[in-house]
Amino acid sequence: MPHTHPETELHNPQSTKPPLDPHLKALENEAIHIFREVAAEFERPVMLYSIGKDSSVLLHLARKAFYPGRIPFPLLHVDTGWKFREMIAFRDEMVEKYDLDLVAHTNPRGAAENVTPFTHGSALYTDIMKTEALRQALDAGQYDAAFGGARRDEEASRAKERIYSFRTPDHRWDPRNQRPELWNVYNGMIRKGESVRAFPLSNWTEVDIWRYIQAEEIPIVPLYFAKKRPIVERDGMMILAEDPRLELLPGETKREEVIRFRTLGCFPLTGAIRSNATTLDDIISELETATVSERQGRAIDRDQAGSMEKKKREGYF
Amino acid sequence: MTAPALANAALDETAVALPSQEPARVARDSRPLRLITCGSVDDGKSTLIGRLLWDTKAVKEDQAASLQRDSKGKQNDLGLPDFALLLDGLQAEREQGITIDVAYRYFSTDKRSFIVADTPGHEQYTRNMATGASTADLAVLLVDARVGLLEQTRRHATIATLMGIKQFVLAVNKIDLTNYDRSRFEQISHEFKELALSLGVRQVTAIPVSALKGENVVYDGRASMPWYEGPTLIEVLELATTRSAQTVGFRLPVQRVSRPGESFRGYQGTVAGGSVKPGDSVVILPSGMVANVTKIVTFDLVRNAAVAGDAITLVLDRQVDVSRGDVIATIDSQPMTGLAFDAQLVALQAEGIQPGKRYWLKSGSRRQRVQVQPISQLDLKSGKWNHADELPMNAIGKVHLAFDEQAIFDAYEQNRTTGAFILIDPDTNNTVAGGMISAKRAAIGGIHTEDSRVILSLPADLADQLMATEIFAGRREDAEIRRVTAARAIEIIDVIDE
Ligand SMILES: Nc1nc2c(ncn2[C@@H]2O[C@H](COP(=O)(O)OP(=O)(O)OP(=O)(O)O)[C@@H](O)[C@H]2O)c(=O)[nH]1
Ligand SMILES: [Mg+2]
Repeated sequence: MPHTHPETELHNPQSTKPPLDPHLKALENEAIHIFREVAAEFERPVMLYSIGKDSSVLLHLARKAFYPGRIPFPLLHVDTGWKFREMIAFRDEMVEKYDLDLVAHTNPRGAAENVTPFTHGSALYTDIMKTEALRQALDAGQYDAAFGGARRDEEASRAKERIYSFRTPDHRWDPRNQRPELWNVYNGMIRKGESVRAFPLSNWTEVDIWRYIQAEEIPIVPLYFAKKRPIVERDGMMILAEDPRLELLPGETKREEVIRFRTLGCFPLTGAIRSNATTLDDIISELETATVSERQGRAIDRDQAGSMEKKKREGYF
Repeated sequence: MTAPALANAALDETAVALPSQEPARVARDSRPLRLITCGSVDDGKSTLIGRLLWDTKAVKEDQAASLQRDSKGKQNDLGLPDFALLLDGLQAEREQGITIDVAYRYFSTDKRSFIVADTPGHEQYTRNMATGASTADLAVLLVDARVGLLEQTRRHATIATLMGIKQFVLAVNKIDLTNYDRSRFEQISHEFKELALSLGVRQVTAIPVSALKGENVVYDGRASMPWYEGPTLIEVLELATTRSAQTVGFRLPVQRVSRPGESFRGYQGTVAGGSVKPGDSVVILPSGMVANVTKIVTFDLVRNAAVAGDAITLVLDRQVDVSRGDVIATIDSQPMTGLAFDAQLVALQAEGIQPGKRYWLKSGSRRQRVQVQPISQLDLKSGKWNHADELPMNAIGKVHLAFDEQAIFDAYEQNRTTGAFILIDPDTNNTVAGGMISAKRAAIGGIHTEDSRVILSLPADLADQLMATEIFAGRREDAEIRRVTAARAIEIIDVIDE
C-alpha cells in the first residue's frame, strides 16, 4: 500500500449521531465491504471523484471503510475545465480537510485544441474531455481497479451492470458477456492491462443518497441547495451564467432565478431546476414527490437512445 | 395496496396515462426485500416487473415518455406500452425483445422497499439468473398460463431452491389469454406445488395474473377473475420475510489487516454470522490459534457488539498471525476445516466443469486451488440424480472438492455466506460455477461412500449416540451409520491407513 499511516485517535468525537436505520445501514455495510475487498485484491486501485453528491457519499464511505487508517488509494478527478467554479473550490477544500491524495487530469490534446462544449458540441466534447481524458488518466496511473459512484437506478443500462464491472485493456465494457456475480463473492482476477470498475453504490437510489447525506452530515457542494442565481435559458435548460467564458447568443438574456441542481457536471451541459429547497429536508421531500428522473437535467444522456450504454462500451465511466 | 374502487374499469386508461404524482414514501424501518423473477423465455418476467414499477409509481414522467416513444410499433393488441422496455435496457435486448442480463431495480410501497432482479429466461443465460438468485429472499416464478411448466421453469425453481430461497410466488401469467380460465390456473398451481414439494419448498402462493394488463399485480383482478379471492402480488411481497442471518455462530472472514501505526492492528471484514462483543474468545482458522476480542472499532464509535452484516474492524488481545482469507470464529461452534468437501453447484459457462481440472475457489475473502470431481447431475425432468463424470453448461451437479490447503466452510444450509463459493477458471479468469457446501468429507476413519451416500462404520455405542443427534436426523439420506465392534473399527482404519 502506498502510504504510511499516522496513528489515529480511536474514539471518533463526532459519534453523537443517532444510529442509521436498517435500510441505510445495510447499504453502508455493503459499500464498505466492496471498498475493502477491492483494496485488498488489486494492486493499484483509484477512486473516481467527480465532486457530486454520489462522490461525496463515496468518499465518506471510503473514510469509514479504512478507518482508523487513511484511504489507501488516490482520488482521480477528470477535470474538463468546464466544471462549476464552486465544485473546484469544494474539491480543494475536501482534499485539505481530509488529507486526500488527489490526482486531477485534463486531456492535454483537448486543452491544446481548445475543445469546448460550445465549439464542438456536447457529444464530441464529452468524448474528448471526459471519455478520452479518463482513459488517459487510468492508463497513466496503471490503475487496475477504479471505484465509481454509479448507481443502478440512474439509467436502464446501469441497472444491468455488475458491482465488479470488467474492462478490457482498452477500457471497453461488454454488456453481453458479464461475469456472473453471485452472493457477495467478487471475482477480481484479471490479466495485465485489464481492469475492473467497482461500484460500491450500485444498490443505492437517489433518495438513499440524500437520506444518508443527512444522517451522516456529509458535506456537499452548495449548488445542490436553492438560491437566487444568474441563469440563461438554452436548449430548454437553465444554465448557470456566472462564468465569464459563457457568451450569450443573440436573443439570450441573463436573469436571476431561485434554482438548484439535482446533478452536477460541466456547467454548460447541466440544467438547473426551479426549487425552493434550501435544506436537506426540503430536498428529500422534493424528491419524494418528484415527477421526473434526475437524468433529465443532463444534456449528454439525451443525445441518443441507448447513449449511456454506448458511452460505457467505449470507456466512459 | 388495495385497489381504488373503479380500478379495473379504468385500468386501460390508467395504464397509458402518465403515472400519477404520488410516489410512495420510502420505508425505513426494515431492510429491503430482495426478490427475483424467473421462469422460461417470454413468460412475461420483465413485463411483470415493469408493471410493478409502473403501478407503484416508480416510473418518472420522462421515463414514461421514453417508454411510450420506444413502444411505438411494438404495441400489443391492447394498445398498452411494452412494459418490458423499462427493464430491458441493453440495445441487444431491445433489438431481440429478450432479456440477456439481470437488471436490478428499486421500488417501494408505503409498507416497505424492494430490490428486484429481473432475470433472463433463456437457457443460454442461466448464469445471469443464478446471479440474481444468489442474493434473493423470494422468487416470483412465472408460467405462461397457455403453456404450463417447462423444463426451464423446473431449472429455475431448482436453482432458486439450491441457493436457499424458501419463499415462492407462482405467477400464472397471461391469464387474460386463456379467457381467465380458472381450471387452467388450478391445474398449473397443482403441478407446481408438487414440484415445490419435491424440492422441499413449503411456502408457495399461486396467483393468476396478467402482467400486461396489471391484474393481481398491484391492483386486484376481481372484475375479470371473480373466482380468485387470494392476495395480489404486491400484498404477498409486502408480507414476505427477509432472510435472517441464520447461522451457527460468530464468523468474520478477514478481508484486510489494518495497521495504520505501530500500536494498532485490526482485522477488517463483514460479520458473516452470529455476533461478537469485547471479551469474547475467538479462534483464528485455519491456524487454530485462540485470542480474546478487545475492541470492535468502527468510524463512528467503539462499539460494544457487532452482529451479522456489520462491516467492522476487530482488535484482539494478543499478537497472533492473522491474514486475509482467515476466518475468525467463535470457539464453541467452529466452521468445518478440512481438505475435502461435498458440494452442489451450477455450471455457468460453455466449457462446463471438467473433472480433475484445477480451479480457483473463492469463498468469502479466501481464494485457493481446488480440484473438482463431478459425481452426479440432476435430471430436471425426473428429479433424479444421475451419475456424471463432467458437468455441461447449466447443469446442476453434486461434486467432491479436494484442496491442497485447509479450507474453511459451514454448510450452506447453515450459513449462506461461509457456505457459498464460486469457481474461477485459471485459463480465462471467468467465473464458471456457483457452489454451495453440503458437508465435509472425512478423510479418516471407517468412512467410505457408495454413490453419494456416506457410510460410517463405528463402534456400537458411538454409533448409537451419533444416530440420536439432531444433525444426523436431518441427514439420513446422506449418511448411514453401521454398528461394528471396536476391533472391527480399528481394522477398517488400519486398511485406510495403508
Ligand atoms: N396478453 C399478455 N401478454 C403478456 C403478458 N405478460 C407478458 N406479455 C407479453 O409477452 C411477451 C414477452 O414478455 P417479456 O416480459 O419480455 O417476457 P420475459 O419473461 O421477460 O422474457 P425473457 O426475459 O426474454 O425470458 C411480450 O410481448 C409481452 O407483452 C400478459 O399478462 N398478457
Ligand atoms: Mg425479460
